[in-house]
Amino acid sequence: MLELKKITKSFAGKKILNQVDLKVKDGSIMCIVGQSGGGKTTLLRCISGLEHIDSGEILLDGKHFDPTDLTPADTIMGVVFQDYNLFPHLTVLQNITLAPQLVLKKDQTTAEIQAKDLLQKLALTGKEKLYPWQLSGGQKQRVAIARALAMHPKILCYDEPTSALDPGLRDTVKEIILKLKAQKMTQIIVTHDLDFANEIADDMLKVKPLNQKGSEA
Amino acid sequence: MHYLFEILPSLLAGTKLTLSIFGLTLLFSLPLGLVCALGRMTHFKILSSLLRFYIWLMRGTPLLLQLIFVFYGLPLLGTGIVLPRYTAALVAFILNYTAYFAEIFRGGLQAIDPGQVESAKVLRLNYWQTITHIIAPQVMKIVIPSIGNEVINLIKDSSLVYVIGLGDLLRAGNVAASRDVTLVPLVMVGVIYLALTALFTKLLQKIEAYYGRWK
Repeated sequence: MLELKKITKSFAGKKILNQVDLKVKDGSIMCIVGQSGGGKTTLLRCISGLEHIDSGEILLDGKHFDPTDLTPADTIMGVVFQDYNLFPHLTVLQNITLAPQLVLKKDQTTAEIQAKDLLQKLALTGKEKLYPWQLSGGQKQRVAIARALAMHPKILCYDEPTSALDPGLRDTVKEIILKLKAQKMTQIIVTHDLDFANEIADDMLKVKPLNQKGSEA
Repeated sequence: MHYLFEILPSLLAGTKLTLSIFGLTLLFSLPLGLVCALGRMTHFKILSSLLRFYIWLMRGTPLLLQLIFVFYGLPLLGTGIVLPRYTAALVAFILNYTAYFAEIFRGGLQAIDPGQVESAKVLRLNYWQTITHIIAPQVMKIVIPSIGNEVINLIKDSSLVYVIGLGDLLRAGNVAASRDVTLVPLVMVGVIYLALTALFTKLLQKIEAYYGRWK
Protein backbone atom coordinates (compact mmCIF):
# COMPACT_ATOMS: atom_id res chain seq x y z
CA MET A 1 0.00 0.00 0.00
CA LEU A 2 1.17 3.50 -0.83
CA GLU A 3 0.40 6.08 1.79
CA LEU A 4 0.88 9.85 1.68
CA LYS A 5 0.76 11.77 4.93
CA LYS A 6 0.34 15.54 5.11
CA ILE A 7 2.17 16.26 1.86
CA THR A 8 2.92 19.96 1.33
CA LYS A 9 4.52 21.51 -1.72
CA SER A 10 5.03 25.13 -2.77
CA PHE A 11 6.48 26.74 -5.86
CA ALA A 12 8.03 30.21 -5.47
CA GLY A 13 6.11 30.85 -2.26
CA LYS A 14 2.77 29.72 -3.69
CA LYS A 15 1.36 26.70 -1.93
CA ILE A 16 0.16 24.08 -4.40
CA LEU A 17 -0.40 21.12 -2.08
CA ASN A 18 -1.39 21.58 1.54
CA GLN A 19 -1.42 18.63 3.95
CA VAL A 20 -2.59 16.13 1.37
CA ASP A 21 -3.35 12.63 2.66
CA LEU A 22 -3.80 9.71 0.32
CA LYS A 23 -3.97 5.93 0.57
CA VAL A 24 -3.61 3.74 -2.47
CA LYS A 25 -4.40 0.05 -1.89
CA ASP A 26 -2.44 -2.59 -3.75
CA GLY A 27 -4.03 -3.55 -7.04
CA SER A 28 -6.53 -0.70 -6.94
CA ILE A 29 -7.13 2.25 -9.22
CA MET A 30 -6.86 5.64 -7.56
CA CYS A 31 -8.07 8.62 -9.54
CA ILE A 32 -6.93 12.10 -8.63
CA VAL A 33 -9.49 14.53 -10.04
CA GLY A 34 -10.18 18.22 -9.88
CA GLN A 35 -10.02 21.36 -11.93
CA SER A 36 -6.85 22.81 -13.50
CA GLY A 37 -4.45 24.43 -11.09
CA GLY A 38 -5.52 22.13 -8.27
CA GLY A 39 -2.14 20.48 -8.02
CA LYS A 40 -3.12 17.10 -9.50
CA THR A 41 -0.06 16.88 -11.69
CA THR A 42 2.17 18.26 -8.93
CA LEU A 43 0.95 15.52 -6.62
CA LEU A 44 1.71 12.91 -9.27
CA ARG A 45 5.17 14.41 -9.83
CA CYS A 46 5.86 14.19 -6.09
CA ILE A 47 4.74 10.56 -6.00
CA SER A 48 6.84 9.64 -9.03
CA GLY A 49 9.95 11.41 -7.70
CA LEU A 50 10.12 14.27 -10.20
CA GLU A 51 9.59 16.83 -7.42
CA HIS A 52 10.81 16.90 -3.83
CA ILE A 53 8.10 17.36 -1.23
CA ASP A 54 8.47 20.27 1.22
CA SER A 55 7.04 18.36 4.15
CA GLY A 56 5.03 15.26 4.93
CA GLU A 57 5.85 11.63 4.45
CA ILE A 58 5.41 8.93 1.85
CA LEU A 59 5.13 5.32 3.05
CA LEU A 60 5.25 2.17 0.96
CA ASP A 61 3.94 -0.93 2.73
CA GLY A 62 4.35 0.93 6.00
CA LYS A 63 7.99 1.83 5.40
CA HIS A 64 9.42 5.27 4.66
CA PHE A 65 9.79 5.74 0.90
CA ASP A 66 11.59 8.49 -0.96
CA PRO A 67 10.61 8.37 -4.65
CA THR A 68 13.37 10.86 -5.59
CA ASP A 69 15.99 8.40 -4.37
CA LEU A 70 16.72 6.59 -7.60
CA THR A 71 19.31 4.14 -6.30
CA PRO A 72 17.25 0.98 -5.71
CA ALA A 73 17.31 -1.22 -8.78
CA ASP A 74 13.74 -2.44 -8.46
CA THR A 75 11.49 0.14 -10.01
CA ILE A 76 8.52 1.16 -7.93
CA MET A 77 6.98 3.91 -10.02
CA GLY A 78 6.21 3.84 -13.71
CA VAL A 79 4.95 7.00 -15.37
CA VAL A 80 2.91 7.57 -18.53
CA PHE A 81 3.23 11.27 -19.26
CA GLN A 82 0.48 13.43 -20.69
CA ASP A 83 2.37 13.97 -23.95
CA TYR A 84 4.01 10.54 -23.62
CA ASN A 85 7.62 11.85 -23.89
CA LEU A 86 8.71 8.98 -26.09
CA PHE A 87 12.31 9.15 -27.26
CA PRO A 88 11.98 10.46 -30.84
CA HIS A 89 15.32 9.09 -32.02
CA LEU A 90 14.57 5.51 -30.99
CA THR A 91 12.24 3.01 -32.62
CA VAL A 92 9.24 1.65 -30.73
CA LEU A 93 11.22 -1.46 -29.79
CA GLN A 94 14.27 0.57 -28.69
CA ASN A 95 12.07 2.91 -26.64
CA ILE A 96 10.89 -0.10 -24.66
CA THR A 97 14.17 -2.05 -24.39
CA LEU A 98 16.53 0.84 -23.58
CA ALA A 99 15.94 1.09 -19.83
CA PRO A 100 15.68 -2.68 -19.17
CA GLN A 101 19.05 -3.08 -20.89
CA LEU A 102 20.80 -0.09 -19.31
CA VAL A 103 19.27 -0.17 -15.85
CA LEU A 104 18.12 -3.74 -15.24
CA LYS A 105 21.15 -5.06 -17.21
CA LYS A 106 19.04 -7.42 -19.28
CA ASP A 107 20.66 -8.71 -22.45
CA GLN A 108 19.26 -7.49 -25.74
CA THR A 109 17.49 -10.74 -26.65
CA THR A 110 15.68 -11.04 -23.31
CA ALA A 111 14.69 -7.38 -23.39
CA GLU A 112 13.35 -7.70 -26.94
CA ILE A 113 11.36 -10.85 -26.21
CA GLN A 114 9.75 -9.10 -23.26
CA ALA A 115 9.11 -5.94 -25.28
CA LYS A 116 7.48 -7.87 -28.12
CA ASP A 117 5.26 -9.63 -25.63
CA LEU A 118 4.15 -6.25 -24.23
CA LEU A 119 3.59 -4.88 -27.73
CA GLN A 120 1.43 -7.87 -28.58
CA LYS A 121 -0.67 -7.37 -25.43
CA LEU A 122 -1.13 -3.70 -26.32
CA ALA A 123 -2.08 -4.40 -29.95
CA LEU A 124 1.11 -2.88 -31.34
CA THR A 125 2.56 -5.90 -33.12
CA GLY A 126 4.21 -4.86 -36.38
CA LYS A 127 5.09 -1.38 -35.10
CA GLU A 128 8.46 -2.43 -33.62
CA LYS A 129 10.61 -0.69 -36.19
CA LEU A 130 8.61 2.53 -36.48
CA TYR A 131 9.73 5.82 -34.96
CA PRO A 132 7.38 7.75 -32.64
CA TRP A 133 6.56 10.35 -35.35
CA GLN A 134 5.08 7.56 -37.46
CA LEU A 135 2.54 6.61 -34.78
CA SER A 136 -0.91 7.97 -33.97
CA GLY A 137 -1.63 9.52 -30.56
CA GLY A 138 -3.23 6.37 -29.21
CA GLN A 139 -0.37 4.20 -30.42
CA LYS A 140 2.16 6.54 -28.83
CA GLN A 141 0.32 6.28 -25.55
CA ARG A 142 0.34 2.49 -25.68
CA VAL A 143 4.09 2.52 -26.42
CA ALA A 144 4.54 4.78 -23.38
CA ILE A 145 2.56 2.27 -21.29
CA ALA A 146 4.67 -0.60 -22.64
CA ARG A 147 7.86 1.34 -21.92
CA ALA A 148 6.81 1.91 -18.31
CA LEU A 149 5.68 -1.71 -17.85
CA ALA A 150 8.97 -3.08 -19.18
CA MET A 151 10.62 -1.84 -15.97
CA HIS A 152 8.21 -3.96 -13.86
CA PRO A 153 6.91 -1.09 -11.70
CA LYS A 154 4.82 -1.79 -8.61
CA ILE A 155 2.71 1.28 -9.29
CA LEU A 156 1.85 2.82 -12.65
CA CYS A 157 1.00 6.53 -12.80
CA TYR A 158 -0.80 8.28 -15.66
CA ASP A 159 -1.01 12.02 -16.20
CA GLU A 160 -4.24 12.94 -18.04
CA PRO A 161 -4.42 9.75 -20.12
CA THR A 162 -7.58 10.79 -21.98
CA SER A 163 -6.83 14.45 -22.67
CA ALA A 164 -5.43 13.95 -26.17
CA LEU A 165 -7.60 11.04 -27.29
CA ASP A 166 -10.86 10.87 -29.21
CA PRO A 167 -13.80 9.08 -27.51
CA GLY A 168 -13.16 5.72 -29.20
CA LEU A 169 -9.60 5.60 -27.98
CA ARG A 170 -10.74 6.64 -24.53
CA ASP A 171 -12.44 3.25 -24.20
CA THR A 172 -9.28 1.49 -25.37
CA VAL A 173 -7.28 3.12 -22.56
CA LYS A 174 -10.02 2.21 -20.13
CA GLU A 175 -9.78 -1.43 -21.21
CA ILE A 176 -6.00 -1.41 -20.85
CA ILE A 177 -6.21 0.09 -17.37
CA LEU A 178 -8.83 -2.44 -16.27
CA LYS A 179 -6.83 -5.30 -17.78
CA LEU A 180 -3.78 -4.19 -15.80
CA LYS A 181 -5.93 -4.03 -12.71
CA ALA A 182 -6.94 -7.65 -13.28
CA GLN A 183 -3.20 -8.39 -13.24
CA LYS A 184 -3.02 -6.75 -9.79
CA MET A 185 -1.23 -3.61 -10.98
CA THR A 186 -1.67 -0.62 -8.68
CA GLN A 187 -2.54 2.45 -10.75
CA ILE A 188 -2.75 6.15 -9.99
CA ILE A 189 -4.51 8.26 -12.59
CA VAL A 190 -4.61 12.02 -12.72
CA THR A 191 -7.50 13.26 -14.82
CA HIS A 192 -9.85 16.19 -15.20
CA ASP A 193 -12.29 13.81 -16.93
CA LEU A 194 -14.75 13.02 -14.14
CA ASP A 195 -16.81 10.58 -16.21
CA PHE A 196 -13.72 8.59 -17.06
CA ALA A 197 -12.69 8.58 -13.39
CA ASN A 198 -16.14 7.40 -12.31
CA GLU A 199 -15.96 4.52 -14.75
CA ILE A 200 -12.66 3.10 -13.56
CA ALA A 201 -11.80 4.37 -10.08
CA ASP A 202 -11.85 2.28 -6.92
CA ASP A 203 -11.01 5.38 -4.90
CA MET A 204 -10.98 9.02 -5.74
CA LEU A 205 -9.17 12.06 -4.41
CA LYS A 206 -10.58 15.46 -5.27
CA VAL A 207 -8.14 18.34 -5.22
CA LYS A 208 -9.02 22.03 -5.37
CA PRO A 209 -6.89 25.09 -6.06
CA LEU A 210 -5.67 26.75 -2.84
CA ASN A 211 -6.17 30.40 -2.06
CA GLN A 212 -3.33 32.69 -0.91
CA LYS A 213 -3.41 31.47 2.66
CA GLY A 214 -3.04 27.88 1.59
CA SER A 215 -6.52 26.67 2.48
CA GLU A 216 -8.99 25.41 -0.08
CA ALA A 217 -10.64 28.18 -2.06
CA MET B 1 50.85 19.80 -67.55
CA HIS B 2 54.36 18.65 -66.78
CA TYR B 3 54.70 21.55 -64.36
CA LEU B 4 51.54 20.49 -62.50
CA PHE B 5 52.95 17.05 -61.82
CA GLU B 6 56.21 18.63 -60.72
CA ILE B 7 54.61 20.69 -57.94
CA LEU B 8 51.90 18.19 -57.03
CA PRO B 9 53.98 16.20 -54.45
CA SER B 10 54.70 19.31 -52.37
CA LEU B 11 51.07 20.40 -52.58
CA LEU B 12 49.90 16.96 -51.49
CA ALA B 13 52.35 16.99 -48.58
CA GLY B 14 50.82 20.33 -47.57
CA THR B 15 47.33 18.85 -47.96
CA LYS B 16 48.32 16.05 -45.63
CA LEU B 17 49.27 18.53 -42.90
CA THR B 18 46.09 20.55 -43.50
CA LEU B 19 43.99 17.39 -43.15
CA SER B 20 45.79 16.20 -40.03
CA ILE B 21 45.21 19.55 -38.29
CA PHE B 22 41.61 19.45 -39.48
CA GLY B 23 40.96 15.86 -38.35
CA LEU B 24 42.62 16.08 -34.95
CA THR B 25 40.99 19.43 -34.17
CA LEU B 26 37.55 17.94 -34.85
CA LEU B 27 38.35 14.75 -32.95
CA PHE B 28 39.13 16.70 -29.78
CA SER B 29 37.04 19.85 -30.01
CA LEU B 30 33.68 18.19 -30.73
CA PRO B 31 33.52 16.09 -27.53
CA LEU B 32 35.22 18.88 -25.55
CA GLY B 33 32.66 21.33 -26.89
CA LEU B 34 29.84 19.13 -25.62
CA VAL B 35 31.48 18.83 -22.21
CA CYS B 36 32.01 22.62 -22.04
CA ALA B 37 28.39 23.22 -23.01
CA LEU B 38 27.23 20.92 -20.20
CA GLY B 39 29.62 22.69 -17.80
CA ARG B 40 28.38 26.09 -18.94
CA MET B 41 24.82 25.01 -18.09
CA THR B 42 25.48 23.64 -14.58
CA HIS B 43 24.28 25.37 -11.44
CA PHE B 44 27.89 25.31 -10.28
CA LYS B 45 28.54 29.06 -10.62
CA ILE B 46 32.35 29.09 -10.62
CA LEU B 47 32.59 26.51 -13.39
CA SER B 48 30.00 28.17 -15.60
CA SER B 49 31.61 31.62 -15.10
CA LEU B 50 35.05 30.23 -15.94
CA LEU B 51 33.71 28.63 -19.09
CA ARG B 52 31.86 31.77 -20.07
CA PHE B 53 35.14 33.72 -19.75
CA TYR B 54 36.99 31.12 -21.81
CA ILE B 55 34.38 31.19 -24.57
CA TRP B 56 34.38 34.99 -24.60
CA LEU B 57 38.18 35.04 -24.85
CA MET B 58 38.35 32.49 -27.66
CA ARG B 59 35.54 33.97 -29.73
CA GLY B 60 36.59 37.52 -28.98
CA THR B 61 40.14 37.37 -30.36
CA PRO B 62 41.42 36.36 -33.80
CA LEU B 63 42.52 32.77 -34.23
CA LEU B 64 45.71 34.11 -35.83
CA LEU B 65 46.53 35.94 -32.60
CA GLN B 66 45.81 32.83 -30.55
CA LEU B 67 48.18 30.79 -32.72
CA ILE B 68 50.95 33.34 -32.26
CA PHE B 69 50.29 33.52 -28.56
CA VAL B 70 50.37 29.76 -27.97
CA PHE B 71 53.58 29.32 -29.95
CA TYR B 72 55.58 32.49 -29.22
CA GLY B 73 53.74 33.95 -26.24
CA LEU B 74 53.66 31.06 -23.77
CA PRO B 75 57.49 30.73 -23.54
CA LEU B 76 57.85 34.53 -23.17
CA LEU B 77 55.47 34.59 -20.22
CA GLY B 78 57.95 32.56 -18.23
CA THR B 79 55.61 29.58 -18.11
CA GLY B 80 58.38 27.33 -19.31
CA ILE B 81 55.96 25.87 -21.85
CA VAL B 82 57.64 25.56 -25.23
CA LEU B 83 55.46 23.63 -27.61
CA PRO B 84 56.63 22.22 -30.93
CA ARG B 85 55.08 24.07 -33.89
CA TYR B 86 52.62 21.33 -34.79
CA THR B 87 51.46 20.81 -31.18
CA ALA B 88 51.10 24.57 -30.68
CA ALA B 89 48.94 24.79 -33.79
CA LEU B 90 46.75 21.92 -32.60
CA VAL B 91 46.36 23.39 -29.11
CA ALA B 92 45.31 26.77 -30.51
CA PHE B 93 42.85 25.24 -32.98
CA ILE B 94 41.32 22.88 -30.41
CA LEU B 95 40.94 25.69 -27.85
CA ASN B 96 39.36 27.97 -30.43
CA TYR B 97 37.00 25.47 -32.02
CA THR B 98 35.94 23.98 -28.68
CA ALA B 99 34.61 27.42 -27.73
CA TYR B 100 32.54 27.71 -30.90
CA PHE B 101 31.25 24.13 -30.63
CA ALA B 102 30.37 24.69 -26.95
CA GLU B 103 28.05 27.53 -27.92
CA ILE B 104 26.49 25.50 -30.72
CA PHE B 105 25.94 22.55 -28.39
CA ARG B 106 24.51 24.82 -25.70
CA GLY B 107 21.89 26.00 -28.16
CA GLY B 108 21.12 22.39 -29.05
CA LEU B 109 20.89 21.30 -25.42
CA GLN B 110 18.51 24.12 -24.59
CA ALA B 111 16.24 23.05 -27.44
CA ILE B 112 15.66 19.59 -25.92
CA ASP B 113 12.28 19.15 -24.28
CA PRO B 114 12.74 18.80 -20.47
CA GLY B 115 10.19 15.97 -20.69
CA GLN B 116 12.89 13.84 -22.30
CA VAL B 117 15.06 14.13 -19.20
CA GLU B 118 12.08 13.41 -16.96
CA SER B 119 11.24 10.32 -18.98
CA ALA B 120 14.81 9.11 -18.61
CA LYS B 121 14.67 9.87 -14.90
CA VAL B 122 11.54 7.84 -14.19
CA LEU B 123 13.06 4.99 -16.19
CA ARG B 124 16.01 5.30 -13.78
CA LEU B 125 18.70 6.10 -16.30
CA ASN B 126 21.64 7.81 -14.58
CA TYR B 127 23.14 11.17 -15.63
CA TRP B 128 25.63 9.79 -18.18
CA GLN B 129 23.19 7.27 -19.60
CA THR B 130 20.74 10.11 -20.10
CA ILE B 131 23.39 12.26 -21.77
CA THR B 132 24.76 9.57 -24.07
CA HIS B 133 21.57 7.69 -24.98
CA ILE B 134 18.89 10.37 -24.86
CA ILE B 135 20.32 13.89 -25.04
CA ALA B 136 23.38 13.60 -27.28
CA PRO B 137 21.67 11.96 -30.28
CA GLN B 138 18.87 14.54 -30.22
CA VAL B 139 21.32 17.43 -29.83
CA MET B 140 23.38 16.10 -32.75
CA LYS B 141 20.41 16.30 -35.07
CA ILE B 142 19.78 19.91 -34.08
CA VAL B 143 23.39 21.09 -34.31
CA ILE B 144 24.59 19.34 -37.47
CA PRO B 145 23.89 22.26 -39.85
CA SER B 146 25.78 24.70 -37.59
CA ILE B 147 28.59 22.21 -36.98
CA GLY B 148 28.80 21.76 -40.75
CA ASN B 149 29.47 25.48 -41.16
CA GLU B 150 32.32 25.33 -38.67
CA VAL B 151 33.75 22.21 -40.29
CA ILE B 152 33.95 23.96 -43.65
CA ASN B 153 35.47 27.02 -41.95
CA LEU B 154 38.04 24.84 -40.24
CA ILE B 155 39.41 23.46 -43.50
CA LYS B 156 40.17 27.00 -44.64
CA ASP B 157 41.18 28.33 -41.20
CA SER B 158 43.86 25.66 -41.04
CA SER B 159 45.83 27.76 -43.56
CA LEU B 160 46.60 30.17 -40.68
CA VAL B 161 49.27 27.78 -39.40
CA TYR B 162 51.69 29.38 -41.90
CA VAL B 163 52.19 32.10 -39.29
CA ILE B 164 54.14 29.76 -37.03
CA GLY B 165 56.05 28.27 -39.93
CA LEU B 166 54.15 25.07 -40.60
CA GLY B 167 54.04 23.78 -44.17
CA ASP B 168 50.38 23.37 -44.96
CA LEU B 169 48.67 23.37 -48.35
CA LEU B 170 48.55 27.15 -48.80
CA ARG B 171 52.16 27.58 -47.78
CA ALA B 172 53.26 24.87 -50.22
CA GLY B 173 51.44 26.74 -52.99
CA ASN B 174 52.93 30.06 -51.90
CA VAL B 175 56.46 28.67 -51.94
CA ALA B 176 56.05 27.28 -55.43
CA ALA B 177 54.40 30.48 -56.69
CA SER B 178 57.22 32.78 -55.55
CA ARG B 179 59.95 30.38 -56.64
CA ASP B 180 58.58 29.86 -60.17
CA VAL B 181 56.96 33.29 -60.53
CA THR B 182 53.57 31.91 -61.56
CA LEU B 183 50.05 31.82 -60.13
CA VAL B 184 49.43 28.23 -61.28
CA PRO B 185 50.31 26.65 -57.89
CA LEU B 186 47.86 28.97 -56.13
CA VAL B 187 45.12 28.09 -58.61
CA MET B 188 45.78 24.45 -57.79
CA VAL B 189 45.65 25.23 -54.09
CA GLY B 190 42.23 26.76 -54.66
CA VAL B 191 41.07 23.69 -56.55
CA ILE B 192 42.26 21.36 -53.77
CA TYR B 193 40.45 23.43 -51.10
CA LEU B 194 37.29 23.34 -53.22
CA ALA B 195 37.58 19.59 -53.66
CA LEU B 196 38.00 19.13 -49.91
CA THR B 197 35.03 21.32 -49.02
CA ALA B 198 32.91 19.56 -51.66
CA LEU B 199 33.85 16.22 -50.12
CA PHE B 200 32.97 17.29 -46.59
CA THR B 201 29.76 19.00 -47.70
CA LYS B 202 28.68 15.70 -49.27
CA LEU B 203 29.62 13.83 -46.10
CA LEU B 204 27.62 16.27 -43.97
CA GLN B 205 24.61 15.81 -46.23
CA LYS B 206 24.88 12.06 -45.67
CA ILE B 207 24.99 12.57 -41.89
CA GLU B 208 22.00 14.92 -42.06
CA ALA B 209 20.08 12.33 -44.06
CA TYR B 210 20.97 9.69 -41.47
CA TYR B 211 19.52 11.84 -38.70
CA GLY B 212 16.54 12.64 -40.90
CA ARG B 213 14.97 9.21 -40.39
CA TRP B 214 13.35 10.44 -37.18
CA LYS B 215 11.65 13.72 -36.28
